[in-house]
Amino acid sequence: MAYSLNVNGRIHSVDVDADTPLLWVLRDVIGLTGTKFGCGVAQCGACTIHLDGHAVRSCVTTIESAGSSAIMTIEAIGSTPKGSVVQRAWLEEEVVQCGYCQSGQIMSAVALLNANAMPSDGDIDDAMSGNICRCGTYPRIRAAIKKAARGGSNTGNGG
Amino acid sequence: MSATGIGAPVRRKEDQRFVTGQGRYVDDFNRPGQAYAYFLRSPHAHATIRSIDTGPARTMPGVVAVFTGDDLAADKIGGLICGWMIHSKDGSPMKAGPHPALAQGKVRYVGDHVAVVIAETLAQAKDAAEAIEVDYDVLPAVVNTSEATKTPVQVHEVSPDNSVFNWHLGNKDETEAAFARAKHVTKIDLVNNRLVPNALEPRAALGEYDFGTDNYTLYTTSQNPHVARLVLSAFVGIAPENKLRVIAPDVGGGFGSKIFIYAEETVCVWAAKKVKRPVKWTADRSEAFLSDAHGRDHVTHAEMATDENGKILGLRVHTIANLGAYLSTFSSSVPTYLYAPLLSGQYDIPAIYCEVDAVYTNTAPVDAYRGAGRPEATFVVERLVERAARELGQDPAEFRRKNYITQFPHQTPVIMTYDTGDYGASLDKALELADYKNFGARKQESARRGKLRGIGFSSYIEACGIAPSQAVGSLGAGVGLWESAEVRVNPTGSVEVLTGSHSHGQGHETTFAQLVSDRLGIPIDQVSIVHGDTDKVQFGMGTYGSRSGAVGMSAIAKALDKVIAKGKKVAAHVLEASEGDIEFKDGKFGIAGTDRTLGFGDVALQAYIAHKFSGQDLEPGLKEGAFYDPTNFTFPAGVHICEVEIDPDTGVTKIERWTAVDDFGVIINPMIVEGQVHGGIAQGVGQALLEGAVYDQSGQLVTASFNDYCMPRAMDLPSFQIGMTVTPCTSNPLGIKGCGEAGAIAAPPAVINAITDALGHEDIAMPATPQAVWRAVQKRMPVAAE
Repeated sequence: MAYSLNVNGRIHSVDVDADTPLLWVLRDVIGLTGTKFGCGVAQCGACTIHLDGHAVRSCVTTIESAGSSAIMTIEAIGSTPKGSVVQRAWLEEEVVQCGYCQSGQIMSAVALLNANAMPSDGDIDDAMSGNICRCGTYPRIRAAIKKAARGGSNTGNGG
Repeated sequence: MSATGIGAPVRRKEDQRFVTGQGRYVDDFNRPGQAYAYFLRSPHAHATIRSIDTGPARTMPGVVAVFTGDDLAADKIGGLICGWMIHSKDGSPMKAGPHPALAQGKVRYVGDHVAVVIAETLAQAKDAAEAIEVDYDVLPAVVNTSEATKTPVQVHEVSPDNSVFNWHLGNKDETEAAFARAKHVTKIDLVNNRLVPNALEPRAALGEYDFGTDNYTLYTTSQNPHVARLVLSAFVGIAPENKLRVIAPDVGGGFGSKIFIYAEETVCVWAAKKVKRPVKWTADRSEAFLSDAHGRDHVTHAEMATDENGKILGLRVHTIANLGAYLSTFSSSVPTYLYAPLLSGQYDIPAIYCEVDAVYTNTAPVDAYRGAGRPEATFVVERLVERAARELGQDPAEFRRKNYITQFPHQTPVIMTYDTGDYGASLDKALELADYKNFGARKQESARRGKLRGIGFSSYIEACGIAPSQAVGSLGAGVGLWESAEVRVNPTGSVEVLTGSHSHGQGHETTFAQLVSDRLGIPIDQVSIVHGDTDKVQFGMGTYGSRSGAVGMSAIAKALDKVIAKGKKVAAHVLEASEGDIEFKDGKFGIAGTDRTLGFGDVALQAYIAHKFSGQDLEPGLKEGAFYDPTNFTFPAGVHICEVEIDPDTGVTKIERWTAVDDFGVIINPMIVEGQVHGGIAQGVGQALLEGAVYDQSGQLVTASFNDYCMPRAMDLPSFQIGMTVTPCTSNPLGIKGCGEAGAIAAPPAVINAITDALGHEDIAMPATPQAVWRAVQKRMPVAAE
C-alpha cells in the first residue's frame, strides 16, 4: 500500500504492506539507518523513535498505526532544542561505548525530558528501563540526562 | 601531561557519529542486488537427519537458492575449527568432533544450522524455510554439565563418553602434601552459571563476490577480521587470503562473542558466488540467544588448605567445563590456560593442582565471554578465601592481606610470573572508600529496619595481553598473539595509524590517537585510526582479553619510535647536521644545544619531497610498521567491595555501595577506563544477580528472549566509588596492564560474598534472584520466622 510519512519534517512516499514495522520502513525503504534493530519485540529499546514527540518502539509500530503522526529519528533529533542539549550532554559525559543502543537511549531521554523537565533518579530509571545497554553505560546515561535537564550545565567535571 | 596526551581525559573522537545515528554497523551496509539469507535451524537438541527435501522451498516466491550441508561439502568447504589444541593428562589430543557450517547427517543443539534459504526478501526466505521438509530421527539429549560423561547419549562419534579432554595443571604431589599438613581445609562446590553474551548488535554478515576480479568481500560483526579471514581461507577454504577481504566496521559490542568464526558468515560469503549476488544475513534476537557462543558453565569442587596461622598452604580444584555441542574457535583455551593459571589469585600459595574435564553436551557452543576463564578462576578463589576467613573467624580483609603476594616478580605454581603489583595498597584504599570500619553500624541500622546487610570482598587478578607467541604456541595456541601497527605520516604532517586491534566500544580512535599526539607532539585531530579492514591493515590479531592497550598500543609505540628515528635522519639532512646531534622534543626535530629546529610537519614534507637528500642515501617517505610480541602477560589486579541489603520478605537484593580500586598500570584515558569498569561491573552484577541461560532436559533453551533472560538495567546498579592505584607494567613499553574485563571478573564473587555474609550461610548460587535469595533466607531463619 502507498503511504505518505512525515519523517524528520520531510514527506516520504513509500509503498509497503500495512503491517510493516516503522523500523524497517525507516532503515530499508527510506535509508535512515540510525535507528537500530535489537530484538524486534519491544524488549530492548534500540529502535526507539518519536511519534508526535512520544517515544515508541519502531519495531512493533506498524506503518498503518503511525497514521499522519510526525516521526522523528536520531538523525534529526539534534535539530530540536532538547535533542541538541541531550546529545551534547552525551558527549560531555562520554556515555557512549559501542554506540549501538545509543540512538534509542537518546530518543528515550529526549522524550523523558520533554515530558518531565527535572526528572529524579527514579523517574530516569522508570523512563529508561526499556532501553538495554550491554556495555553498561547506565551511570553515565543518568548523569547525562541530569546534565541535560540543567540545560547542559554541570556540577562536576563529568567524571 | 598535554591536553590530549597520555593520561588526559579526552572525550572520545568517535562519539559524534554515534550520538547522531551516523555509526556504520554491518546491517547498515547494503549492496546493489543483494539477496537475503535465512537459516533453517534445528528445533531438536539432538537428532539424526534422515533426509532434507528442499524441493518445495525452491519453488516458493522470491527464492534464489536453497543450500544444505551437502552443497558445502560438494564445494569442498571445510568445517569450522577450534584454534587451540589441548592435550589430556595422558598426552592424547582433545577429541574434536566435526563442525560443519551446515549440518551433515546430524544436529547437535537447538539452533544448529540445517539449511539456508536465499531469497529476494527476508520474509520470502523465512516463508520458504518453512517449506523445507526435514525428516529427523530425534535422539535423547544431554544438557547437564555434571551428567555429560555419565549418560549413554553420545554427542560426537569421536568421544563415546562426551569427554573433550581431561586436562590438568600444577603439581599434584606437592598439593596433596600441603593438604596433609594443613590445620584446616575449606571446601566449596560452585556452579559458574551459563551466560548469553547479548551484544545489542546482533551478529550480521554481508558476503559479496566480484566475478571480474575473483575477489570476495565479507562485511561481518567481528572483533578480529584478520583471524576470520585466516580461518575462512586456510581452514574453511572459501578463497585464498589475497582474494578475500574481511571488513568489520563499527561493531555494536562483542564481549568475546564476536571473536569466533561462525557458520552464518561462512555460508553468506560462500553463497555470494553461488548465487552471483551479494548475500546478507542479520540475526534476530532469538537466533542470537540460540547460536551466539555462550559463556562460563563450570561446575567446580575446590578445596583450600590453611595452616594454624591462617596462611594458605595449597589449593586443589576440579572443574567440569561444558563446551556445548561443538568446539568453538577458542573454546578449549578458556577453561584451561585462561583459567587454571589464575588460580593463585593475589595470594602466595605454594602448591596448586587443578583438573579440568571438558565435556560435550547438546547445547550451544561455549567460548570466551568477557573475562574468559579468569572470572571463573576468580570466583573459585575469592569464594574459597572468603569462606576460609569465615570458618577461621578472621576478618576477610585481613585474611586476604595476610596471604597477599608482596614480593615481585612472583612465580606462581601455575605458570604465571606476576611482574608487579601492590595488593595491600589497593586493599587499603578500598577499605577507606568503602568506609569499612563503619560497616557494623550500617548492618545494625539495617537490622533495625528488618533488613539483612552484608559485605563482600573480591581481590581479583587477571592476566591480559595473552602472550608471548612462543609461549602460547607451546601451550597449544594455533596462532601468535602479537599485534601489528603501521604509522603513515602524510606529507602535510597528519598521521594515519593502521592497527590490527579492533574497536567495538573501547574508544581506540581516541586512546590510540592520544598516544600518537603524545609521542609526535601533533594535535589529536591530525591523527586518524584505521582498523577493521583486511585490505587496509596488513595483519592483526584483533581485540579481546584486554590486549589492545598492552599489545596493540605497544606495537604503535614501536612504529612511532621508528618514525621518529627516520625523521631524525631527514632532519639531519635538512639542518645539515649529523644525525647523532638531532633530538626530537615537544614535536620538533632540532640540533641539540641550539635553537635550530624543524616542526614535525616540516620534516614530514621534506621526507616526501626528498629535495634535501639523495634517494640513494635515504629512502624518501615517512611510513613505518611494527610487530610487537610481548614478553609476558600483564596482571591488572584490584579490590572490589560490594555492600548489599536484602529484604527478607521479598528476597530482593539491593546493592547499596560498590567500591572498586583497580591497578591497571599506566592509564591512557581515565574517562574511558572508568567507563570500561562500569560496564564490566554491570556484566558481573548481571551474572551474580540476574542472568542465567537455562536449558530444559530435552535441550530447549527456555531463556531465549529478553523476557526470560534478565539483563542488567540502570535500576540494578548502584553508583560506583572508583579508585585507582598504579604500578606500571614492566613487560611493555607503555606500562599498560588493561582494564576491559576487570569489572566482570571482580564482581560476581564480591556480590555473592556480600549476600552470603548477609544470609549467614553459604548456600546460594548464581544468579541470586529474589526467589533464590528468599528461599535462602528461609533456610537461615526457621526460628525467626515463627
